[in-house]
Amino acid sequence: METIKLTIDNKTVEVEKGTTVYQAAKKLGIDIPVLCYMDLGDLNIEHKPGGCRVCVVEVKGRKNLAPSCNTEATDGMEVRTNSMRVLNARKTVLELILSDHPADCLVCAKSGECELQDLSQRLGVREIPYQGEQSHYREDTSPSIIREIDKCIMCRRCEKMCNEVQTVGVLSAIHRGFESVVAPAFEMNLDHSVCTYCGQCVNVCPTGALTEVDNTPRLINDLANPRKTVIVQTAPAVRAALGEEFGMEAGTLVTGKMVASLRELGFDYVFDTDFAADLTIMEEGAELLDRLTKHLNGDQEVRMPILTSCCPAWVKFFEHHFPDMTDIPSTARSPQQMFGAVAKTYFAKKMNIKREDLVVVSVMPCVAKKYESTRDEFAVDGNPDVDYSVTTRELGKLIKQANMDFKSLPDEDFDKPLGESTGAGVIFGTTGGVIEAATRTAYELYTGKDLERISFEQLRGMEGLRKASVDFDGQEINIGIAHGLGNARKLLEEIREGKSMYHAIEIMACPGGCIGGGGQPYIHGNVDILKARQKAIYQEDDNKKIRKSHENPYIKELYEEFLGKPMGEKAHHLLHTHYFKRGRKVYID
Amino acid sequence: MQLLICGGTGCRASESNVLKDNLEKELKKRNLQDDVQVVETGCFGFCEKGPIVKVLPDNTFYTEVTPEDAERIVGEHLVKGRQVTDLLYTDPEKKEKIADSKHMDFYKKQIRIALRNCGFIDPENIDDYIARDGYQALGKVITEMTPEEAINEIKESGLRGRGGGGFPAGLKWELTRKSQADQKYVVCNADEGDPGAFMDRSILEGDAHSVLEAMAICGYCTDASKGLIYIRAEYPLAINRLKKSIEQAREYGLLGDNIFGTGFNFDVELRYGAGAFVCGEETALIHSMEGERGEPTVKPPYPSVSGYKGKPTTVNNVETYANVPVIINKGAKWFASIGTDNSKGTKVFALAGKVNNVGLIEVPMGTTLREVIFDIGGGVKDGKKFKSVQTGGPSGGCLTEKHLDTPIDYDNLIASGSMMGSGGMIVMDEDDCMVSVAKYYLDFTVEESCGKCSPCRIGNKRLYEILDKITKGEGTHEDLDKLRNLSNVIMDASLCGLGQTSPNPVMSTMDNFWDEYIAHVEKQECPAGQCKDLLRYEVVPENCVGCTACARNCPVNCISGERKQVHEIDQSVCIKCGACYEKCKFNAIRIV
Repeated sequence: METIKLTIDNKTVEVEKGTTVYQAAKKLGIDIPVLCYMDLGDLNIEHKPGGCRVCVVEVKGRKNLAPSCNTEATDGMEVRTNSMRVLNARKTVLELILSDHPADCLVCAKSGECELQDLSQRLGVREIPYQGEQSHYREDTSPSIIREIDKCIMCRRCEKMCNEVQTVGVLSAIHRGFESVVAPAFEMNLDHSVCTYCGQCVNVCPTGALTEVDNTPRLINDLANPRKTVIVQTAPAVRAALGEEFGMEAGTLVTGKMVASLRELGFDYVFDTDFAADLTIMEEGAELLDRLTKHLNGDQEVRMPILTSCCPAWVKFFEHHFPDMTDIPSTARSPQQMFGAVAKTYFAKKMNIKREDLVVVSVMPCVAKKYESTRDEFAVDGNPDVDYSVTTRELGKLIKQANMDFKSLPDEDFDKPLGESTGAGVIFGTTGGVIEAATRTAYELYTGKDLERISFEQLRGMEGLRKASVDFDGQEINIGIAHGLGNARKLLEEIREGKSMYHAIEIMACPGGCIGGGGQPYIHGNVDILKARQKAIYQEDDNKKIRKSHENPYIKELYEEFLGKPMGEKAHHLLHTHYFKRGRKVYID
Repeated sequence: MQLLICGGTGCRASESNVLKDNLEKELKKRNLQDDVQVVETGCFGFCEKGPIVKVLPDNTFYTEVTPEDAERIVGEHLVKGRQVTDLLYTDPEKKEKIADSKHMDFYKKQIRIALRNCGFIDPENIDDYIARDGYQALGKVITEMTPEEAINEIKESGLRGRGGGGFPAGLKWELTRKSQADQKYVVCNADEGDPGAFMDRSILEGDAHSVLEAMAICGYCTDASKGLIYIRAEYPLAINRLKKSIEQAREYGLLGDNIFGTGFNFDVELRYGAGAFVCGEETALIHSMEGERGEPTVKPPYPSVSGYKGKPTTVNNVETYANVPVIINKGAKWFASIGTDNSKGTKVFALAGKVNNVGLIEVPMGTTLREVIFDIGGGVKDGKKFKSVQTGGPSGGCLTEKHLDTPIDYDNLIASGSMMGSGGMIVMDEDDCMVSVAKYYLDFTVEESCGKCSPCRIGNKRLYEILDKITKGEGTHEDLDKLRNLSNVIMDASLCGLGQTSPNPVMSTMDNFWDEYIAHVEKQECPAGQCKDLLRYEVVPENCVGCTACARNCPVNCISGERKQVHEIDQSVCIKCGACYEKCKFNAIRIV
């Protein structure tokens, strides 16, 4: 390893060659402010366009100031990060950015989480001397994401996520000069684009330019309506992150407090999406076994590999980008939608509640789930199976509004019957979890033997693309795992080219899986938070008495009382879906 | 005998192509078509006096020729041997007719290296180029020299980038040569974006082969087999001639595979730009060629290391390339003998504005601004007083009287608060308001900023807004402080050359014309009488005879008065167009 030495603010530091001035300063404990820069460490996502010019520093011998985020440290370099020249330039640049930014912090959805606001505080901006024209653009509301791009500061992080990480290609800079802004092509609305609503743009937006649709006012209304029975389902990744909204350490499991708070908010029943995750395994696992058995018996017609279908952003992605391959993913609905379908039939009937009087709400780590619940195929006579979904962040705000001291709430249990789940359902919240859950069940059903070890360590991790083999009693099953749609694209292209070596592939749209979903508490670039959440998920799995979906007694009861058999007629009708060949057609308003 | 007719864009706009047809018709009428050759050439440079026709071998130089003059040129000059004197150039001072361009002040001080063939050859005929030593340098380089030797020759010549940066061309080539890669590229930057500058266009229209030859030489030196010319789509004539030249060079085996039987392969393709100023910046240009948004990225990595498609790429400007074959043919020493210590050779300038001889000139580095403006340019138009000259395009600075004797080179211009840029030179006279001039240029950079970095995207806009405020008489001393600070920060913190230089017009006018700023701010006055918001047109009652000419010509009908009575201007309606002022024969309208 070649190292170099440089001095920053008169302190000498030795760093590896290739280190940036920003990173070298960090090593010295010098924290140069940044704005457009983003480093998602272990996810291997680094964004340093050198555009905001907030991180500029003075380099001896260089004519102009250098962006520290994107300037390689060289041997003997002398850097000043806090000279008058630098401080003045930095503040002036920030004042310029603020002069073209709406000053509506008091009512901004991002207030308190806004990196521009933080920076303004940190640099002590008390007035904006360079007042002038502000840029205005059309506001755009979609089922999941709101674009209020008057607030865009052109950091281009969303563009990075949308184009390079997710390869969706909706957001990019348009216009030029003062008018330039990040938007879909022709400034069309998101819902006319190929946007998957994965929400990674929302996750990285430093300001309030990109936020999720706020469903909390609607929820408050429904909770206050005595004629409605309002029930809630909570996705597995929520319990591993909600605590962060209340200052709790990342990775703190708050399942019991979450249930208590939801009950306190007034939900009539507090159920668990994990229950539906177990149900998903029953259906998807059955489908996997069916296709696998046919395939192993030499059936040329059967399409392999089978792909998971729990993630709505992923579903929309392949409908747009791989419309020729819509017969490959499992037809199993996502847990959210399975829950909705079961709740509005089985549960409603059991409790004798009319469909239109039952409100099914989901709490999701995701913004795409908002869109998924609005898809026409998931409604009966216009009444959706899931009425709407709120994100982990929205739930956090709601709990605060309801005056609860979250940390001191007692731990409570989910209601029965749709609140009982296994460890397999829990791990749906992280990359690798769905396929591990499916493997636990498929193995036992295929081999007829009990698993000696329930955990499949080889399927776990944070690598964007992973592969592993599982021994099904002499039959080797190859499994691929991708999180991040760019990684998914690679696996899909292999399949399209006939080069795929896998029997089954799990795909989650968000880096890290649902724990890194677009509706989770903001991590502000700290990927360690995702790892802590992942750890919490596996810990919850370990704590469960039952860890295999097919052993969930309430799932068994559901099949016995109502559904019949996995992939049977009723199950097919309620728990499976079909996909649309959307293609990449562009609509211009 | 030959008749050379300028076929550049400017002269064509004045029907030089019709003139050419007419000359051919006249020759045919007199059965002279086999004796006299009509050649459409590139630009002669003396655009002020175009269209131009030059008769060879006697070198008669006809100016401002119209299609109707064809008959006289053929009938008088060619048949009867008498010069058509009224089409000859008249020296503005001595009032004498001058027939040979060599004796005109406009040409006397010029040395034409990059423009050597413009106005001499038929740019659409490769044989014309070859007849003037064309492709000889390429032959020499690839058969007699190693790449290192050729690079050394360019390094020793002292040739620096003519597109604005002034980076030593040989060094650039050497850096690309040292970068290891399976594919390298040679790029020609023909995205001439400075308003009023047209040297690159003229070279491509008049002598495209010189650029192709130089690119092939560069390809040989840097191990690149592919050349790309990034040219604005608004240059149809240049594109057309380039396409023809590439075809011809391929036919002759001067481009393509196995050039001169040496096994060296090199070919050139065109890439079109949509006319964004920022795409003249090399990284932005490369991104635009790649199909990405035309915006710059942080350097390093320099294109010599990672350029087009991530491969080592040499990017040079048209004029830089045009110098290369001559350097190879005549030697580095010869080239380095021209110019100043650190700026060798010549520079082409597009002389424009309030100067008598508008046109394209090429002078040795070290020529003073005074020689360019007063000797070559013939001084300021209409006998007005010289006030300022702006060099370096929209982000250059405005220099004054005190800079006139500065020898022009890269370093002197920067030291004076301006820059070479690609060679725009705009002369301003006493009627020009320097605050408005600065505002005008900022308007351009605001429009042309790509928007990637905040100081340029927002800072230039704010600079423009403050200047606008000052020209309206609403500026304060605090605004002047803001102008200074903003200018400094934009230059210091912007990502690319556009933002790093865009405040130059503001800084230089504040340095050199501070009094004008103060007059606008303190007295709400525009000393040059240009800022409409700061002036009023008034009737001088003692001079007004009531002729009604002002009232009849006022476009907004804001002047009232009976015949033979003193008139009056309604200030609330007046749009300050100045029509009344111009029409009044009795000095009865004054500007206050």
